[in-house]
Amino acid sequence: MQIEQISHLSSPKRLIFLAILALCCILFFMTINLKGNIHYILVDRSWILLTMILVAFCAAASTLLFQTVTNNRILTPALMGIEPLFILIQTVVVFFIDSQGIPFIGTIGKFICESTLLILFSLFLYRGLFTRLKQNLYLVLMIGIILGTLFRSFSNLLQRLMTPSEFAIIQSRIFATFTQAEPALIIASVVIAIAAGIILWRMRFRFDVLALGRDNAINLGISYRRSVTTILMLVSILVAISTALVGPFTFLGLLIANLAYSISGSSQHRYLLPTAFLLGVIFLVGGQMVLQHLLNMSGTLPIVVEFIGGLLFIFLLLKKVTM
Amino acid sequence: MIEIDNISKQYQTTFVLKNVNATITKGGITSIIGPNGAGKSTLLSIISRLLIADEGVVRVNNLDVATTPSDKLATYLSVLRQENRYTSRLTVQELVGFGRYPYTKGRLNSDDHRRIAEALDYLNLTEFKDRFLDELSGGQRQRAYVAMILCQDTEYVLLDEPLNNLDMKHSVSMMKQLRKAADELGKTVVLVIHDINFASVYSDTILAMKKGEVVYQGTPDDIMRSSILEDIFDTPIKIEQVCGQNIAVYY
Repeated sequence: MQIEQISHLSSPKRLIFLAILALCCILFFMTINLKGNIHYILVDRSWILLTMILVAFCAAASTLLFQTVTNNRILTPALMGIEPLFILIQTVVVFFIDSQGIPFIGTIGKFICESTLLILFSLFLYRGLFTRLKQNLYLVLMIGIILGTLFRSFSNLLQRLMTPSEFAIIQSRIFATFTQAEPALIIASVVIAIAAGIILWRMRFRFDVLALGRDNAINLGISYRRSVTTILMLVSILVAISTALVGPFTFLGLLIANLAYSISGSSQHRYLLPTAFLLGVIFLVGGQMVLQHLLNMSGTLPIVVEFIGGLLFIFLLLKKVTM
Repeated sequence: MIEIDNISKQYQTTFVLKNVNATITKGGITSIIGPNGAGKSTLLSIISRLLIADEGVVRVNNLDVATTPSDKLATYLSVLRQENRYTSRLTVQELVGFGRYPYTKGRLNSDDHRRIAEALDYLNLTEFKDRFLDELSGGQRQRAYVAMILCQDTEYVLLDEPLNNLDMKHSVSMMKQLRKAADELGKTVVLVIHDINFASVYSDTILAMKKGEVVYQGTPDDIMRSSILEDIFDTPIKIEQVCGQNIAVYY
């Protein structure tokens, strides 16, 4: 009955509906079970809330852009190995720089260095892949998974060679959690994410044209190579923010992007982007609230999201096979 | 005018196009014919900057297609390839609206909406305008893409096998609509086409390719001769006069 009503709504109305739902989740998350030192709890929850909103934004935008430019609804930055690549870069930095006692540049300085490295490496590795190998999804997916495995194994190797104190630094980054991000890093991420958000909002119509495929996009006057480069850079920055804040989230982006395609009722990015973002907020904030306060299982949210997302991934792959 | 100046393209060691020189004059319909693997689609892709040539220059209205900004070229020249993979769920009207992107960059005004309605009307798609592309037949979808190209309103319209997926009736009506676009709207239409009889009846110029080279160029009357066509296609072909048209019989 409720779904019936939603299916008649126009795209802007659906967006408002989701926004209200997301706001409710945020309100409940902030106010449920308020006991003890209320000020302390509220501040603590605000940081977690901000982190979750950032992660929702990064996952939504990076996945949608990646899928638009690859013309494919199964590939995500995480599946193609961009996320493992960032973890490898972080590991290498800890292994070679922190241990050698090279001048300490602070959390933000280190984050900027690592993100820059990620942008350079992903441009080097993935640009050719986009422009040449697009015809064969399975080949591209396999290359991505192999690259991801390679990066992960290399990170593992380095982590085994580390001293226990170094490993402790990296450990918090390789398992997704919502509690450990530093306030300075969160603030820096907010600034970068807003800048990225402005850039991609200005490009929203160009994304619509890119979704028509390479040939049609070039025909309509898009400079294709430059667009691919810009999008890859944006995707790398967004993946870096999300991974630095909470660790790897392989299937969150896939989940919210694919739900956005069916829920937003439009293929225009001005609806898709906010829809996926709000869905991400609802999933993370709402999910965390339910798990932590109603089911008393804090810390399990990433596992639940990954489980649902992984099921969706298998479903999408099987659907593709039968098509 | 489209000037093709010494274009070569090779994949690994095989030449797909070898020193192609040709001029396509303004106005009318030019058909590119030739056997499979002659390089027809590759040439069309290079003219429309979808592919970069290894050597040579293509100029459209004296603009080098490889160096002119893509968005400027999009107001002179439009191209439609035969395969259109799409992941977006678009209505016919939304798709046709993309034809206005080179001018508006996404924000449609009332003039654009008028042109979209005209293009839909021109290809008899008005009744389908709110249908999604995946709900249409292959032929209707093909027409929707052609409507987008016409909505782009460029002097030059390049189409790669526009009759693919179309049955007899729709093939004829597509060619009539292209003829009308050339005659009434003054477009220069360039087609890659397999059916030489369609090329004979509807085009003003035929450009024949074989093994990566342009071997003949002329009016349908010049090209539709048994000796020339047999040389191009390596198969016995007879020409018969049917209703005042040169028709090739090769079955």
